[in-house]
Amino acid sequence: MSRSASSRLFYYRLSVASRTVAAVLGGYALSAASTAALAVTLPMPRAEAVVSATVFSFLVYSGAVIWAFATHSALRAWLGIAAPTVVCVAVALLGAPS
Amino acid sequence: MKNSLRQSMAWLHTWSGLLLGWLLLAMFVTGTSAYFREEISLWMEPELHASHATPETPELAWQALNRLAPDARAWDIRLPDARAPVVELGWQPDTPEAQNEGRRRGERAIMDAATGEILTPRATRGGDFLYRFHFELYGVPRLWARWLVCVATMFMLVAIISGVITHKKIFKDFFTFRPGKGQRSWLDAHNATAVLALPFHFMITYSGLLLFMVMLMPWGIDAAYNGDRRAFFDDAFPRATETTAQSQEAAPMTDIAPLLAQTRRAFDQPVTRIEVNRPNRAGATVSISTDREPEITGRRRGSAPTLVFQANSGALLETRPGTSEALPAAVRFYNLFANLHLARFADPAVRWLFFLSGLGGCAMVATGLLLWVAKRTQQLKQRQPGASLRLVNALNMASMTGLIGAMAFYFAANRLLPVELAQRESWEIRVFFISWLLSLAHALWRPNRRGWIEQLAGITVLWLSVPLLDMATTGSHLFSATAWQHGALAGFDLACLLLGALWGYALWRVARHGGGKKGTARQPRRSPGTATGAAS
Repeated sequence: MSRSASSRLFYYRLSVASRTVAAVLGGYALSAASTAALAVTLPMPRAEAVVSATVFSFLVYSGAVIWAFATHSALRAWLGIAAPTVVCVAVALLGAPS
Repeated sequence: MKNSLRQSMAWLHTWSGLLLGWLLLAMFVTGTSAYFREEISLWMEPELHASHATPETPELAWQALNRLAPDARAWDIRLPDARAPVVELGWQPDTPEAQNEGRRRGERAIMDAATGEILTPRATRGGDFLYRFHFELYGVPRLWARWLVCVATMFMLVAIISGVITHKKIFKDFFTFRPGKGQRSWLDAHNATAVLALPFHFMITYSGLLLFMVMLMPWGIDAAYNGDRRAFFDDAFPRATETTAQSQEAAPMTDIAPLLAQTRRAFDQPVTRIEVNRPNRAGATVSISTDREPEITGRRRGSAPTLVFQANSGALLETRPGTSEALPAAVRFYNLFANLHLARFADPAVRWLFFLSGLGGCAMVATGLLLWVAKRTQQLKQRQPGASLRLVNALNMASMTGLIGAMAFYFAANRLLPVELAQRESWEIRVFFISWLLSLAHALWRPNRRGWIEQLAGITVLWLSVPLLDMATTGSHLFSATAWQHGALAGFDLACLLLGALWGYALWRVARHGGGKKGTARQPRRSPGTATGAAS
């Protein structure tokens, strides 16, 4: 195996590992943050908003995992999960009952 | 990764499927059995088989509680129904200790519905062991086990969605079956079982996550309720609060029979449950409930049509028609999935349909695991399989034939272990795990076609012998009137024979067609034809 081939393989493995972390942990962070954000912003009674947000969260998680492995690069995988997570956390903190 | 969406999804599907496939298969197999959990439990308690409901049953139960616990704080009588031929008596002792323990379940006794005699069935966990195993495993701290099971379920959801994306020609693939073509046949069988019950697979996976959503995803509650989970539950799933009379003054209760008749007439349904508050005291109340049409988006418990009487005078206090409550859409959505997962609403025909869909799920996971091995075996050409391929093949064997064999051992142990044995219910479970471990050891020793043939022969003999064992040890076997009176008992034995025949058919395919070239989708759970050529 040539040197460039073996370093390509190494980067490929690194990319898979990185995407896996993004999918499993990042995906959970995104679904947790989106649940919190929706729970405080959905225009319905509080309990309903919480249930709606929570039942939706597992689809968000699935979407995040699929995004992490489907997109072109590991960097995009991370950005695509981190950016909406930050937005959702901000919304959840702003909308939280005081 | 830099490939097309379909290729990356195929990669994700393969690896997420393999990593948790064995655990998922164990969950699917035991979870499928849980659709008949009560029937399995009944089969495993032969001491209850003679019981059957008569018109006098409710009064017998009334007398039994007057005898057993005349001054309890509360009584709870569950009358026989289509799935259980006995009466369950429950009562809360009126002692300070019992009060302090809050929502303790109180005392319980099983009563013969025909004679009123208190029955003591052999110690067994029955179908509950298999049911609990499918979401909390065994001997693992409960919280860890539930998280592990939920992680596997999440993988399954991802595998389903990525699997659908992988097969853009999903319906064309479904109608494609190429038997006897090794890897292609396994792929076709995997596709067919997956697509056939795809809505079921999605429902069972997604609803499984929803049932644990408070554990998995508490962040919405914490954000909206500042972490006050109790307040959330009170809002989203309100419970009826009970009013309790506190009098200690003894006072006789009226005859129960007219109250039962009045309730039966009021709702035109047989009575299923009688609850009494402060029995044999002044101010006692009795609530008599009948069956209700199950409502798929309704609450899981409660809201059965009920009449509440003053128990001393027999005066009607309240009529609860048990009509549907106006639940918010989100709660109805949650209830819909929870009820579907638990098949709470199901009559026998629907229950069988769910059971068959569950078998389809087992077949889907199993064929997927076998496909992994078949594909890599084919790539070997004539070389010897490596250690990892042998390991996967062995784990496949233990998770398929091994688990199925362990279940038969569990049922056999129920009939063979002495009734007086100390810790009897634990011994049944030990037999289950010991036989499962032995099958794993055998599979690791022979991760090849011979191993498959031996294990398939083993489970065929085991499953066929369970009904025979039943015949030798109980009076409620296939050729007895009792077994047919309670269809569940005859059904259990017949299902064992059918499944035994199925394993026998799989054995015949593997043994006859040898060489690991053949496979077919007609065997619902799996037929390890190709999976086995590896090291033979």
